[in-house]
Amino acid sequence: MSWLPRSPKARRRLWVVAAVAPVLALATGLSLWAMNDNVTYFFSPSEATPDKAPAGRSVRLGGLVEAGSVVHHGAEVAFTVTDNAATTRVTYRGDLPDLFREGQGIVAEGSFQPDRSFVARQVLAKHDETYMPKEVADRLKAKGEWRPEGEAPAVAGTPL
Amino acid sequence: MIVEVGAFALLLAFVLSVLQAVLSGVGRRLSSPVLAGGGQGAAIASALAVAVAFGALIHAFVTSDFSVANVAANSHTDKPMLYKVAGAWGSHEGSLLLWCLVMTGFGAFLARARTGGGGGLPFGLKTSAVAVQGGLSALFLAFTVFTSNPFARLDPAPFQGASLNPLLQDPALAVHPPLLYAGYVGFSVTFSLAVAALIEGKALAGLGQGFWPAWGRWVRPWALASWVFLTLGITLGAFWAYYELGWGGWWFWDPVENASFMPWLAGAALLHSAIVTERRGGLAGWTVFLALLAFTLSMLGAFLVRSGVLTSVHAFAVDPERGLTLLAILGLTAGSAFALFAWRAPQLKGGVVFAPISREGGLVLNNLFLTAATATVLLGTLYPLILQAMNGSTISVGPPYFNLTFVPLMACAFLILPAGPLLAWKRGDLKGASQRLALAGALAIGCGFLGWLMFDPKKAMAGAGLAMGAWLVLGAVAEWADRIRLFRASAGETLRRAKGLPLAAWGMTLAHAGLGVFVLGAVAETAFKAEAALALSTGQSVAAGGWVARLDEVKIVEGPNYLAERGTLTVTRANGAAPRVITAERRFFPAGGQTTTEVGLDFRGLDDVYVVMGERRAGRDGRPAWTVRLYWNPWARLIFLGPAIMALGGLLSLLDRRLRLGVGARRKVKA
Repeated sequence: MSWLPRSPKARRRLWVVAAVAPVLALATGLSLWAMNDNVTYFFSPSEATPDKAPAGRSVRLGGLVEAGSVVHHGAEVAFTVTDNAATTRVTYRGDLPDLFREGQGIVAEGSFQPDRSFVARQVLAKHDETYMPKEVADRLKAKGEWRPEGEAPAVAGTPL
Repeated sequence: MIVEVGAFALLLAFVLSVLQAVLSGVGRRLSSPVLAGGGQGAAIASALAVAVAFGALIHAFVTSDFSVANVAANSHTDKPMLYKVAGAWGSHEGSLLLWCLVMTGFGAFLARARTGGGGGLPFGLKTSAVAVQGGLSALFLAFTVFTSNPFARLDPAPFQGASLNPLLQDPALAVHPPLLYAGYVGFSVTFSLAVAALIEGKALAGLGQGFWPAWGRWVRPWALASWVFLTLGITLGAFWAYYELGWGGWWFWDPVENASFMPWLAGAALLHSAIVTERRGGLAGWTVFLALLAFTLSMLGAFLVRSGVLTSVHAFAVDPERGLTLLAILGLTAGSAFALFAWRAPQLKGGVVFAPISREGGLVLNNLFLTAATATVLLGTLYPLILQAMNGSTISVGPPYFNLTFVPLMACAFLILPAGPLLAWKRGDLKGASQRLALAGALAIGCGFLGWLMFDPKKAMAGAGLAMGAWLVLGAVAEWADRIRLFRASAGETLRRAKGLPLAAWGMTLAHAGLGVFVLGAVAETAFKAEAALALSTGQSVAAGGWVARLDEVKIVEGPNYLAERGTLTVTRANGAAPRVITAERRFFPAGGQTTTEVGLDFRGLDDVYVVMGERRAGRDGRPAWTVRLYWNPWARLIFLGPAIMALGGLLSLLDRRLRLGVGARRKVKA
């Protein structure tokens, strides 16, 4: 193989580059490709306009569960998520997290339907009873709806 | 009184750690064995002081001393004793104290490591390492004492505590943090040894070529022990999530999980590159880099978990201000270590020559894939932060990203993994290795095909995944069979070889086979699990994956600190065969007003039938009904068995005589 460099040192360096380059290229390529399609954006109900969150695209929707909005039909549950500016009706099949309560902040992962209702694949709540998902807290703070811990949440009607 | 002793001991430990750093540092500078010895004494004293503080905290928890803020926030008189004790490390402050205990404990063992000829650490290297370890301990102890003191008092003391989060009241989670921390913080020793090697750079030139193999031999036991602890800790955590959260999953690519996984990956890379350094003196700079990286990622993990900058389902005790302090510690330690590395690395000449196809070459590839995988996990974990800083949009990076990046990279690594151990050092024989693996490869493809036939629905990717798992297991077996000349020599000769096989070789075979076992379980569970959910009244049943669960009765039962609705279910095959009775619970904890679910697990061979009972509500005919979720998780047992085998392999390697370096003494820390 006459095209290989003569000195053993340079030859070794070439081998290292030949081994490293494809792996790095593979890792970078995969990351960029996966990042492109699999990043989930977070919206509050008033931000989730049809152009930002088109029907069928996987997004996270966060806000407070409106008091009195939770309805069960068999294994399916429906509730309204609000940021006190807009609301979205969410349906979810399955068990809600143990810490899911009316008036509490939640994050639902799923997608919008053409009629702008939201079908959740997963409803997230933390292991902590005083939990407010970070995105929800940030949005509420930005809208001036944030109630520090201890005070009653703005929309909670039911005493817990 | 005991609490005051604890608070004082903690402060004393901080002062002793500062003393350890200063005395060792000055002792090294002046080449004074007296000062260096003083530094080592301070290291041991500091560990004892932290142990006293830790004991005092446990005492406060056991006696329910609610005048201590930490106890009041995390304990309750009704809590079972195990969780009173475990509550000591269930909070931010307590877990930091545990972190400090492990760190100073490892520091004490480092201080007691042998010096001088015959395999001991050179004076300069050891003294510098003890100094660095002292500096690290001082930083974390200061952080504990001044921002998160576990002994802070409450006045007036409340009558009753707020209790530990009931999800954490679980045997697996009582043991999980100590194991995890032993792993995380164990890497602080490899960090200290790496920094010491960089500091001693010039002096090392005098030690000649022999230094780097010796350094590799000193670093490897620490790396191995940390990795074993971390493996067990992560596995227990995954197992806890699997049966306690009731979501049917065991790994969610959540930032907090990734935070523990990144040091594990870096540690695995370190283990392998340290072999090259130890045996051939090669890759010295790279091994030093990984030794620094593993602990840096541990600290990054601590920061991510405790600062709350990332949204996680797991985060606990989040405090952004403390997070900032942790970030400062991370920046200071990792920043200066890597700056030192950049400055001194050009002097770390490995200078060993090996052909691309060789044991070294295989280990380089292993490292390449492992670090690339670590980088993709790091990117996925931090990308939401980066994007938020750049354009303010809030995103999350979920499992699909990791499945598309991490999994293919690991698949490539697994493809070549069994060949590595069959290649000779310096120049390997690829043809010979592939001949010896041909049978394993053919069998693996057969296994993949069988697996594909066995499960419905048919999924080609899952078949490939099963073949991959079988390839790892059979490849490990083939390598082992090759070593003992199985079926190629007489039975006596084979037995003699098996007896003579070093523990490290058994360890490697087990660790690689364990990885394969894990892959088999993970692929089968992910690809073929089935689930169904129905609102059931008593007498009704739900079916999934060939199994049926019938709800027989629901009773209210009283636990030590909870009330529960306990559902009794009969699990049978679809045709009613093989009945077995299991219970699933919904527990209500009055102390904190929380509800948790206790999953009903029916172990069926390698499979799990997994039943979650939901809330009670009115059924269709007016009778009460409960949402019952039934999962069939095929081969789920292997997911947790595989890592346990890997950890056992690591432990065997650790016990190998050639590696023994105060190892026996170190295991006392665990007890």
